[in-house]
Amino acid sequence: MPKDNTTTEGGIGAATVRREDIRFLTGEGNYTDDIRLQGECHAIFVRSDVANGVIKSIDTSTAEGMPGVLAVFTGEDFVEVGGNPAGWLINSRDGEPMKEPKRPVLAHGKVRHVGDAYAAVVAETREQALDAAGAIEADIEELPAVINMASAVAGGGLVHDEIDTNVCFDWGWIEDNRAATDAAIKAAPHVTTLELVNNRLVPNAMETRASMGDYNAGTGEYTLYTTSQNPHMSRLLICAFVLGIPENKLRVIAPDVGGGFGSKIYHYGEEALVLAASKKLKRPVRWTSTRSEAFLSDAHGRDHVTKIELACEKDGTFIAFRTETMANVGAYLSNFSTATPTFLHGTLMAGNYTVPNVYVNVKAVFTNTVPVDAYRGAGRPEATYSIERVIDMAARELGMDPIELRRKNFVKPDQYPFASAAGLEYDSGNYDLQMDKLEAMIDRPGFAARRAESEKNGKLRGLGLNAYIEACGIAPSNLVGVLGARVGLYDAATVRVNATGSLAVMVGAHSHGQGHETAFPQVVAEMLGIDPQSIDIVHGDTAKIPFGMGTYGSRSLAVCGSAVVRATEKIIAKAKKIAAHMLEAAEADIEFEAGNFSVAGTDKSVSFGEVAFKAYIPHNFPIEDIEPGLEETAFYDPANFTYPSGAYACEVELDPETGKVTIERFAAADDFGNIINPMIVTGQVHGGIGQGIGQALIEQTAYDDDGQLLSASYMDYAMPRAEDVPFYQVNHDDGTPCAHNPLGVKGCGEAGAIGSPASVVNAVIDAMQSGGKNVTHMDMPLTPSRVWEAMNAKGV
Amino acid sequence: MYNFEMTRPSTIADAAKALKEEDAQALGGGQTLIPTLKQRLAIPSTLVSLTGIGEMNGVCMSDANEVCVGGATSHAVVAREASAYPGLAGLASHIGDPAVRNRGTVGGSLANNDPSACYPAAALASGASIITNTREIAADDYFQGMFTTALEDGEIITEVRFPVPEKSHYEKFVQPASRFALVGVMVAKYADGVRVAVTGASEEGVFRWTEAEAALSANFSADALPDLSISGDDMISDLHGSGEYRAHLVKVMTGRAVASAA
Ligand SMILES: Cc1cc2nc3c(=O)[nH]c(=O)nc-3n(C[C@H](O)[C@H](O)[C@H](O)COP(=O)(O)OP(=O)(O)OC[C@H]3O[C@@H](n4cnc5c(N)ncnc54)[C@H](O)[C@@H]3O)c2cc1C
Repeated sequence: MPKDNTTTEGGIGAATVRREDIRFLTGEGNYTDDIRLQGECHAIFVRSDVANGVIKSIDTSTAEGMPGVLAVFTGEDFVEVGGNPAGWLINSRDGEPMKEPKRPVLAHGKVRHVGDAYAAVVAETREQALDAAGAIEADIEELPAVINMASAVAGGGLVHDEIDTNVCFDWGWIEDNRAATDAAIKAAPHVTTLELVNNRLVPNAMETRASMGDYNAGTGEYTLYTTSQNPHMSRLLICAFVLGIPENKLRVIAPDVGGGFGSKIYHYGEEALVLAASKKLKRPVRWTSTRSEAFLSDAHGRDHVTKIELACEKDGTFIAFRTETMANVGAYLSNFSTATPTFLHGTLMAGNYTVPNVYVNVKAVFTNTVPVDAYRGAGRPEATYSIERVIDMAARELGMDPIELRRKNFVKPDQYPFASAAGLEYDSGNYDLQMDKLEAMIDRPGFAARRAESEKNGKLRGLGLNAYIEACGIAPSNLVGVLGARVGLYDAATVRVNATGSLAVMVGAHSHGQGHETAFPQVVAEMLGIDPQSIDIVHGDTAKIPFGMGTYGSRSLAVCGSAVVRATEKIIAKAKKIAAHMLEAAEADIEFEAGNFSVAGTDKSVSFGEVAFKAYIPHNFPIEDIEPGLEETAFYDPANFTYPSGAYACEVELDPETGKVTIERFAAADDFGNIINPMIVTGQVHGGIGQGIGQALIEQTAYDDDGQLLSASYMDYAMPRAEDVPFYQVNHDDGTPCAHNPLGVKGCGEAGAIGSPASVVNAVIDAMQSGGKNVTHMDMPLTPSRVWEAMNAKGV
Repeated sequence: MYNFEMTRPSTIADAAKALKEEDAQALGGGQTLIPTLKQRLAIPSTLVSLTGIGEMNGVCMSDANEVCVGGATSHAVVAREASAYPGLAGLASHIGDPAVRNRGTVGGSLANNDPSACYPAAALASGASIITNTREIAADDYFQGMFTTALEDGEIITEVRFPVPEKSHYEKFVQPASRFALVGVMVAKYADGVRVAVTGASEEGVFRWTEAEAALSANFSADALPDLSISGDDMISDLHGSGEYRAHLVKVMTGRAVASAA
């Protein structure tokens, strides 16, 4: 008989410890590079060491004859297949569609960034492949590199000869608001103008990318094991656009994945290569990126150069935001690269405010650098940083308190749904409440004393804060379709109740650090009144899960979790029918509570487990009316984005002699709507803030004029470490539930990275000003040398 | 990595012999050499591991009041056992992370002479003697520019003798990414004068800041420094700071080292 597992302990709201961590922390995880297949061989990519060059010839003859070498590929081998496409079509202000140069599996004709792969060697061992890769002789004529965006726009060399410009698109949002915004700014009593850079970042997931292709000559089926955040989208892109494999003949498995932060959303040429090579050789072909390759080939993040203007009344009432941004897309369009600076950035440029006029112009620019795409926050960190920096600057210029200036312009709780001037409809929120929570955490009255103490020790102290709003729960398909998305952004779940009452829940979302294996069962357990330990999540294998769109954009719980709810509701509806039969009662009289079906007004009941058993052993079962089995699928397409919001504060100490900034305190007040597992949410906020502090203080991606990446290893690219971050104060209580999804959840995965850089920089500017330095802005990262130079007027 | 042979001798004599083979190379803690091999930037035929040589391991005191450190002694052991020379123990305790400190060796660090490494500052500021399997080299003659030393091919650093100063301190300002020294200054006060060695800053590797030595020998106090100046012209200028910034830091770190000297 089924075991009795009716308990809601560990349901919605419980801070359940993440069950997946045990295997991760004890070395029992199963990552792509852990998988071993009979007969596997090894691919090594040959990458360009120049940023821009014409491939005159590639001589592979020596390499082909070397020990263990099985095959050598060049761009020539892939001219017949398709390119890796952009997933989002953006139209320019003049109505012209964006420029979409082909992104081939291997570079052909030209190499366009340092790290651009133009050949690959497959050999019996990795060492043999490396030896042979070194023997490939490529004659590449180096051309001047196009690195700086301003000069790329102004003309000069071209990244792609087949398009006559380096500007991918010139987008206006909302173009119809342009004239009104210009007029409002012209007439405004006060305008604050800020030019800033949102620095390029290298994602650096702990696990580097890895892929293994396995072609089965017997069945004609391919399997791709790969480090992906969304296996179904990779399959779709590889099949429909790149290799033309029938979709039913490709299975994509993304097993345990050690972090992604966006960089593993996309399909990359290495995946296509290992599949094609496996077909040719009839053997599994694997490739695992080194960290050095990762720096040169994983999609980078951010990289905006922006001018933002805030127009306001003398009393601080906002009149208009006008933004001009150049967004670096690198050498090729990565899958989401065109959506990130536009619909994930421009649409957020009203912030948390009732400002009536907003206009955003974004030029996406090709350069001879690694492609840039969505990275934790994706567009929204750039929006938040611009808005919240210029507001801080305006507060200083107007002599107003930065909190009061923000509060004065916040959308108020009675204004929802609120149509923002940047075209979104915010469904819920309470920005003043977040600011109240923040003020309760940061002991603002005590700041003066803390500053005095720092000054006694020869240090400066600054306090900076900001609000943020983001659009996530990506995304309503109808809306994004109108905006240019070439995919739908629903998600899907199948709930399978086994005969003995345990459950498998197959989800389209992919967990690579988010804790889905713990959080999703909490939802189902709560709904069914059963023990979450009897529920397992299945994800990351296109042969097992329904067609979903993966994990990014803080969408998993809000979108896929909603599909899980819908599928579970169907399970309950069917189970009620079965229970009615078992209890010989009318279906309408069946009540379901705490894992038990009972007949209203009687003591007759059956447990969920008994119903499941009946569904699979359908003796004495109304086969004519009810199908056997208990398994349901639901697809869920959200009605709107979700809008997490919050207020963050940072307190820094600055050593004026060295320029070193130390984060002394950091507080985050967030509104994520309802919370399923507060411990996981806290962890997500911690991690996000860590990344935001990294961006603000130390992460520096530098190219020289020739297009060489100067910060191409951990010797020069600084990642935040434990000693760089303080103990955080976080509070995500009292959220305003999302108004349109069944769980009332908003998503928490990116908030920390979105909300934190502005408060760090605001705090450092505050510290510098307190030290009598009239520094009103400096660009991230605020490394010691750059801060020192800014303070000593060396022109940073 | 290319294939190589590996030997693990137990005496200095055997190690010296093994290093006479063509393209043989000494292996200390491997914290610099192994990453180099992984990147295929070196092709030794044989690695001669020195860490199994008993006579090259450990910390002891000489009759001349020197802390004597075996060439294959790890940073962690120095940090723990060189308490007679707190400035030296403190320096060792801030190299890299625990894994690096448990593997990396003083001999490997000095043989490598990375311009941003910490030990060269200790050796130079202490006027240490670098003992090899064939001779004894004074620190002042040993460092010959970045990644360049007085060592001959196959010569092994078997021991380093650090005269114990009255007061000393190593002040390290870390490069944000590598956490090596962006600028590190070792100050050591001896009966016959003060020595100041600077690492991380110069294109030429570790150097003595003689002006500061003179000023501090007259008055061992941070107050002796403000009027001194040092040029950033020949200093390293990179992502992490200009020559001018480094020159500025040399002064600041020297002052802090003096203030903390114990
Ligand atoms: C993550 C990381 C952080 C680090 N941070 C710092 C830091 O903050 N400060 C710092 O100073 N260093 C730092 N290091 C370097 C570290 O101190 C190494 O120990 C040092 O560079 C080399 O010592 P090793 O024993 O590992 O030598 P190996 O890597 O084994 O060898 C280095 C070179 O020295 C030669 N060699 C080794 N031993 C001898 C010997 N006894 N005689 C002659 N030649 C020899 C080898 O042939 C080789 O050419 C760091 C290293 C890493 C990996």
